[in-house]
Amino acid sequence: MDGPVNVESKLPDRPPNRPSNLTPQIPPIRLPPPIFSLRSRACWFALALAALVLASFWTLNLQWGQFLSLDAARSMGRFVAEFYPPDTSPAFLKKLALATIETLAMSALGTAMAAVAGLLLCLPASRLPGSSAAPGGQAERTGFRMPTRWLLNALRSIPELVWAALLLISAGLGPMAGTLALALHTTGVLGRLFAESVENAPPGPALALRTQGVGRFRVFLYATLPQVLPQLLSYTLYRWENNIRAAAVLGVVGAGGLGQLLSFHMGLFQMGKTAGVLAAMLFLVVLVDGLSHLSRRRLTR
Amino acid sequence: MNPALEARPAPDRDPAWAGRVFWWSLALVLLWPLAVATEFRPWVLVEPDNLKVTAKFVQSFFPPALGAEFLGLVAREAWRTVAIATAGMTLALLLAVPLTLLSTSALSVSALSGRMARAPFWFRQALRWLLILLRSVPELVWALVFVRVVGLGPTAGVLAIALTYGGMLGKVYGEILESGEAHPTQTLMRNGSGRLQALFYGLLPQNAAELTSYTVYRWECAIRSSVVLGFVGAGGLGQQLDNSMKMFNGGEVATILLVFMVLVALADTLSAGLRKALG
Repeated sequence: MDGPVNVESKLPDRPPNRPSNLTPQIPPIRLPPPIFSLRSRACWFALALAALVLASFWTLNLQWGQFLSLDAARSMGRFVAEFYPPDTSPAFLKKLALATIETLAMSALGTAMAAVAGLLLCLPASRLPGSSAAPGGQAERTGFRMPTRWLLNALRSIPELVWAALLLISAGLGPMAGTLALALHTTGVLGRLFAESVENAPPGPALALRTQGVGRFRVFLYATLPQVLPQLLSYTLYRWENNIRAAAVLGVVGAGGLGQLLSFHMGLFQMGKTAGVLAAMLFLVVLVDGLSHLSRRRLTR
Repeated sequence: MNPALEARPAPDRDPAWAGRVFWWSLALVLLWPLAVATEFRPWVLVEPDNLKVTAKFVQSFFPPALGAEFLGLVAREAWRTVAIATAGMTLALLLAVPLTLLSTSALSVSALSGRMARAPFWFRQALRWLLILLRSVPELVWALVFVRVVGLGPTAGVLAIALTYGGMLGKVYGEILESGEAHPTQTLMRNGSGRLQALFYGLLPQNAAELTSYTVYRWECAIRSSVVLGFVGAGGLGQQLDNSMKMFNGGEVATILLVFMVLVALADTLSAGLRKALG
């Protein structure tokens, strides 16, 4: 017998064919892509990224000279100095409190309307489990699914602020335009999330009801909805948190809340009052952040 | 046979309807003051005068403005929107990366032996508060402020995105670095490597994919928000949209909205693809 001899099998104290699955499993190490080799995709990606960044700075014609000049620094300093002292007269504070409440109300009502609309729209946008009586649970395809998804995507892809600016024409200046804008954008977001969680719900209970001859709508109400309700609620609360932040600035185009006060006083160069509004905004955002962080930590513990 | 196990006919009515009706009514009662506070009067929308104005505006959406000159303008503004987002993100990274490295507790040497020493702890905490402050001011407010200082134009938008997104990126990068497996980094530092070495050979290889994926996602968000920033005069598609809306030119509004939706969809697809490739 010539050729290499298997040394290991000749060792007496080792069992000959040791099964390989007893050797410790080392997870495969992913090496970083060879970024300096023109043959790798990562290299071309990095080059494209660098080109994009360079082209952006090149074409934007940013006025760095003006921004970094002594003049700009002085005007920035004057601007910040004017913020002091912030207006703390009781009348203005009352106005601020009202605007804060208005902001919170806009976000809450907008989110509530969006949750209801999203729930209604997620029905045609999802393949409902058990919507076909077939025992295999083959979900039925309806013609509404794609159009509804397109509608939800369209609602979602237009930001709240653009919706608010569009709605000003029919709803007029004021918080109603802002509320409707929040509701429209959030409907798109929540409808899509709701549709996904409805589609991913375990189909068992729905099929059980469906094979008993229960109608599709009642199958949704009594089998699918109770299963996904906690998730839908947590999505809604998360969007509400986002919407409070969005509602604070929506008013910049005239749609009510703290933002409207901000653009109003800033336009009149009343810097003391502007500082007050900014402080209220910051307070609201930090408060919402802190509360959500605390409640999340409490819930996950 | 146990009577409880006997088959009973299904109730013809929801047995819990009383409770459901109660909770829904309570919700409506609670929503009422909100509707009052937001001056929510939906019937205003269908008043004849209002309806006429709305119908006229919506009708003017068709046909969308497709003149060669206008399309060229929109294409230029669309590129500017992407450029503002990209430049803003670049500056945000320049701000976020050093702040993350200085504020993350994953690279603390004194924390290797029990608790972090007091001075580094408060230094890191102060930097973290700075990041939270940067992040908490909405980018639109930064833009309003910078428009005052540097004038109308993309500079204000780039700076606004840089500051807000710098705060966001710094905070989330710190969380990502601290949530990963700390063992390799700590082993390196315990054996005498410097912090930068521990970063490059322990911390980064582990978290690079997640960090990149979050950055790409934020770039996508920056494109969305750079459109919004245009409304306060920071250039790009938003400013064009604002102009067309003020002139009630529905055709132009329709074109810009369509271009914007395509742009967002493209960024969405690109970022989803990249994030999937990163795994």
